[in-house]
Amino acid sequence: MATVAATGWSALGRVSFAIAAKDFLSERRTKEVFNAMLVFGFMVAVIFSFAFEPTSEEAQRIAGGLVWLVFIFAGILGLNRSFARETLNECLQGLRLGPVGPGAIYLGKLLSNFAFMFVAELILLPFFGMFFDVHFWREPAWMIAILVLGTWGFTALGTIFSAVSANTRMRELMLPLLLLPLSVPLLIAAVQATTTVLRGLPMSDASLWIKLLIGFDVMFTTLAWLVFEPVLEQ
Amino acid sequence: MNRRNYHRLSLILFCAALVMVLWAWYAVFLQVPTERTMGVVQRIFYLHLSSAFVSFLAFFVVFISSVAYLLTRKAEWDWAAATAAEIGIIFIAAVLISGPLWAKPAWGIWWTWDARLTTTLVLFLIYLAYLLLRYYTLEAGRQARLAAIFGIIGFVDVPLVYMANRWWRTQHPQPVILGGSESGLDPRMWYGLLVTFVAMLTVGALVFLQRYRLEESRHAVNELRRAVGQLE
Repeated sequence: MATVAATGWSALGRVSFAIAAKDFLSERRTKEVFNAMLVFGFMVAVIFSFAFEPTSEEAQRIAGGLVWLVFIFAGILGLNRSFARETLNECLQGLRLGPVGPGAIYLGKLLSNFAFMFVAELILLPFFGMFFDVHFWREPAWMIAILVLGTWGFTALGTIFSAVSANTRMRELMLPLLLLPLSVPLLIAAVQATTTVLRGLPMSDASLWIKLLIGFDVMFTTLAWLVFEPVLEQ
Repeated sequence: MNRRNYHRLSLILFCAALVMVLWAWYAVFLQVPTERTMGVVQRIFYLHLSSAFVSFLAFFVVFISSVAYLLTRKAEWDWAAATAAEIGIIFIAAVLISGPLWAKPAWGIWWTWDARLTTTLVLFLIYLAYLLLRYYTLEAGRQARLAAIFGIIGFVDVPLVYMANRWWRTQHPQPVILGGSESGLDPRMWYGLLVTFVAMLTVGALVFLQRYRLEESRHAVNELRRAVGQLE
């Protein structure tokens, strides 16, 4: 279904990066999404601290789950804008008119969504560490790997459903409804792996979850890339 | 499907469903033996497992129809997907209602976050989202495209949901069918299960036919309206 332009894979990469670069530029000029994601994530982290005793033993145990909830809610905020802003002034139509395959549009959007969410996570994580007195950086390499894998999987699904929900009457309301139930395996794996880091357990305990994350990422990036074309039809 | 075939098939399915449901009641309430440890409440199992099978089958039909729609772009596939999704939701609701009714006496709790229970619940939510997506997309061609995409991705997600939950925590009784050497059913229980399964399957097929026909008629009415200039 998705077609690679005649010039092949390197062209696909170039076009995807160009689309992502366009998103970075427009984000730098408008500061529409990133700031909102950060502030929202920060607020939710603070609100969580009123729901229970933040530095208790209990909070330490569930901190892995809390950070991922914050990331997912903040991520949905960003993903919602990803295609909504392309519907203004028929920008998406413009993208389609260029010599650009639907797969490249998907990958470009995925790259920019991933980058926004990942950078926001890197900024939010130290605040979490402070507020809840947990140590994310016991295993820095593993923590980064978990963040990358979890965020990639979430934005791989989120990017295609952002395009889908931009086509519906409900728009912003539709995205979480579509995305949350499908993210269940990803969320479980990411939370379990993060909790392994936080509790200082050997990382071999988390190998199953890391594998699940990799499987999820590969599967849904490929699948979404394949079925992306029909979303763009008018 | 022409009208005469539809009416004939409806009548056959209706009679079959009626006979099978009555037979299933008879088998489950009067014929099958009472389970030794769980007692009479175990009889819910027949409806529970049969409904689960039928709902999985329905969701599989959604997946196949979605793929077929994207490949062929024939509206019939889209109608089949929409119909199967609704039937799957009804049967999985039956699973989610009958399960806790059994769990309360058997386990002492209504609900637990075990792999199979969680997966069933997430399955229910995925197809609820599927129906909402259809409901909030007005224009027919767009609705069919978007729903097909979600129908494909949603179905592929289900095994992952199950695996993730299974690795995490599990309490549901191990499968009694194909579940290893210690598992197994009394032949009379097999009979009860089989009868109930066929009964649920015929009920599902009957509803499928009616609902599909409704979608077909709706399409025909829209075509007529468009022809006389009421739409667009």
